[in-house]
Amino acid sequence: MATGVAAWLPFARAAAIGWMPVANCPMPPAPREHSKKQDELIILNVSGRRFQTWRTTLDRYPDTLLGSTEKEFFYNEETKEYFFDRDPDAFRSVLNFYRTGKLHYPRYECISAYDEELAFFGIIPEIIGDCCYEEYKDRKRENAERLMDDQEENKDSRLPNMNFRETMWRAFENPHTSTMALVFYYVTGFFIAVSVITNVVETVPCGSTPNQKDVPCGERYTVAFFCMDTACVMIFTVEYLLRLFAAPSRYRFMRSVMSIIDVVAILPYYIGLVMTNNEDVSGAFVTLRVFRVFRIFKFSRHSQGLRILGYTLKSCASELGFLLFSLTMAIIIFATVMFYAEKGSSSSKFTSIPASFWYTIVTMTTLGYGDMVPKTIAGKIFGSICSLSGVLVIALPVPVIVSNFSRIYHQNQRADKRRAQKKARLARIRIAKKGSSNAYLQSKRNGLLNELLDLTSSEEEEQHMNKTSSLLESQHHHLLHCLEKTTAHEFVDEQLYEQNCVEGTQFSRSPSLSSQEGFTGTCCTRRSRKRIPLPNASLSTTHTHTHTQGLQELSAIHIQCGDQPSLSTSSRSSLNMKSSERSRINCRGQQITTAVISLPSPTNFPPDGDGHGLANPVSAPATINTTSSSNIVKVSAL
Amino acid sequence: MGAVVGTLTMQTKQRQPARDKVDDELEMTMVCHRPEGLEQLEAQTNFSKQELQVLYRGFKNECPSGVVNEETFKHIYAQFFPHGDASTYAHYLFKAFDTTNNGSIKFEEFVMGLSTLLRGSVRDKLEWTFHLYDINRDGFISKEEMTDIVRAIYDMMGKYTYPALKGDVPKQHVDAFFQKMDKNKDGVVTMEEFVLACQEDETMMRSMQLFENVM
Repeated sequence: MATGVAAWLPFARAAAIGWMPVANCPMPPAPREHSKKQDELIILNVSGRRFQTWRTTLDRYPDTLLGSTEKEFFYNEETKEYFFDRDPDAFRSVLNFYRTGKLHYPRYECISAYDEELAFFGIIPEIIGDCCYEEYKDRKRENAERLMDDQEENKDSRLPNMNFRETMWRAFENPHTSTMALVFYYVTGFFIAVSVITNVVETVPCGSTPNQKDVPCGERYTVAFFCMDTACVMIFTVEYLLRLFAAPSRYRFMRSVMSIIDVVAILPYYIGLVMTNNEDVSGAFVTLRVFRVFRIFKFSRHSQGLRILGYTLKSCASELGFLLFSLTMAIIIFATVMFYAEKGSSSSKFTSIPASFWYTIVTMTTLGYGDMVPKTIAGKIFGSICSLSGVLVIALPVPVIVSNFSRIYHQNQRADKRRAQKKARLARIRIAKKGSSNAYLQSKRNGLLNELLDLTSSEEEEQHMNKTSSLLESQHHHLLHCLEKTTAHEFVDEQLYEQNCVEGTQFSRSPSLSSQEGFTGTCCTRRSRKRIPLPNASLSTTHTHTHTQGLQELSAIHIQCGDQPSLSTSSRSSLNMKSSERSRINCRGQQITTAVISLPSPTNFPPDGDGHGLANPVSAPATINTTSSSNIVKVSAL
Repeated sequence: MGAVVGTLTMQTKQRQPARDKVDDELEMTMVCHRPEGLEQLEAQTNFSKQELQVLYRGFKNECPSGVVNEETFKHIYAQFFPHGDASTYAHYLFKAFDTTNNGSIKFEEFVMGLSTLLRGSVRDKLEWTFHLYDINRDGFISKEEMTDIVRAIYDMMGKYTYPALKGDVPKQHVDAFFQKMDKNKDGVVTMEEFVLACQEDETMMRSMQLFENVM
């Protein structure tokens, strides 16, 4: 039932009394109406602008936000109103939907903003009224096309590990990707031009031989032209074969228009090679040479305008068809009329109706060659009517084609502009992102410095550090920190990560020490916190000891590397195994370290456990290993 | 040639708008209607002020011009019965509400009808129902009229029912009805026969009370 007419339900129920006398069986009991409330005004405060409406108005559509109990989540007890932090202008159309039952799309509104508002209030856009639905759909389609264009460009920037074939295909399709591709692009373009010019120049008469006949250049310099032709065809053949090899779907490539043009361009040459200079077939051979002119279509790979033109013609196929059809009709009519009008006059050129076709076409397109002219008065009258109507018939479908072309052309312009702007946009966005991730790392270092300062108890500097970050930021950083602790890995910036990858199994202390002082600081200061009762001497030793572990401190969990079997035997859960596997990748050398996370049993960490920094003692800290493995389990189970 | 045809069509078009303008103006004057005051309606019907307000708001929302014509009425009623075709029954209902017989229901007529149905006495309700069934207002319900009504009610059910509608079910229903109502077996049911027969039927009386508190 359309809830828009919910207000008339009482009437429909009352009218049901009319069925009572006819009914044979008793009626079901009526549903109970719980506490008849008087209809009350509801205040909807949308970003400060107050809208008021009856409760029953909103109840008309119970499967939306405002019509269901979902709006109770937005109820403000103190002000006794429902507060929504949304755009009040868009809310107008939403509320009008409840009032009138029709949803309208305001033209000034951005389509995605409007969609978001509808989604928020739980209204499906399909119920937009007929008056606004077309506009809505058009804008939505435009937006989708725009997004699709962007996505297509994203596809271009693919993974760096493409095989040779894919790289080649990408180079062919998009010449701007690499220098080689650009070179290839220009070379092929040059040769297409050369080939077309040779075809043209071949037929120009140059110089006359003594028998006073103008010979075309092609016959005079046969060898030169033949060499040129061969060279061009060889280049084209190589190009075609390379494209065929690189194409991701060879069958589809062979069916595409461009490949057919390629084939047609080079085939006459090969056929000419194969065929002998036979008298019978030379006529056909000459015809084949005509196909060489198709090489000019190869330019469409090089020119976007040509491609757009071709695409426009394809998309206006129906209009072109109509144009052709109406022209044919008019030609036949006028040709018939002219033929019969001119039948009387002697020596008339209008010998038959098909012969009059030529006159009609020339007249309708306002060419007017004058090789056929009507001589009788009737003929002249009809001839003038013919030329007038010709103008009309041709002028009608042309604007449609033109507007189509204009739309597609502008769309392409827009795509190019967006591509150019996109690079700048992405660069700026990347910088902003880096800024925020750097902020986290920066604040971590600040925080560690804070803790160091804690120990050395210089309060003022600590406060200064704390002021620089807002509450939101500190909560965000805390969250990231929790994530680090959960996964027992830490965030690093790009350069450090690459450094670590490059350095391989080498263990370099000094550079990493300075850059990672902050990181090492975390663990040891954490631990040192727990051991405040211990004397300062041990504090400093632990501090320095962990410092020597340098690179290893990357992961908060330090797993022994060279002694996997013992770990695995003592492991209690597969979780443990996994973590050890993972850390094996991070492991740069054979180091034994102990778990550093603050755990409930810090006494498990004998201070000398840290001493096993560098070498690879296996047997001695076996017990420590087990405890650390158990500790590892605990941490992973976080 | 095309130009000639074009000018011909232009000529014919110009003659029409003059006539249309007069029609439009007439329609404009008839369309808006405002009801009498709230107090008067309160006196004439059994509704309270608030109830009248709620009723009017709903009424005006669907019919901003102040009157319901038959098309709108049928459209509204059809929303409640999406399975079948409610137009015939809505037509009879419309005739029953339109006491002045001018093809449109004003708010007063609407409210009067509702007042009878919801707040009237049993006899009032039965009289209203009799008027609904008596299509030609001759004071008698004939078998044909009743068949029309019952058929209209069955139309609202639609095609997909359980058990399936086989045979001429409306006719059987009408026969049963006449069996019950027509005391003197003269082929028509008068008002008195109708009221008496209904008052004897306990189930029917109870069903009538069902819609007491719809408002």
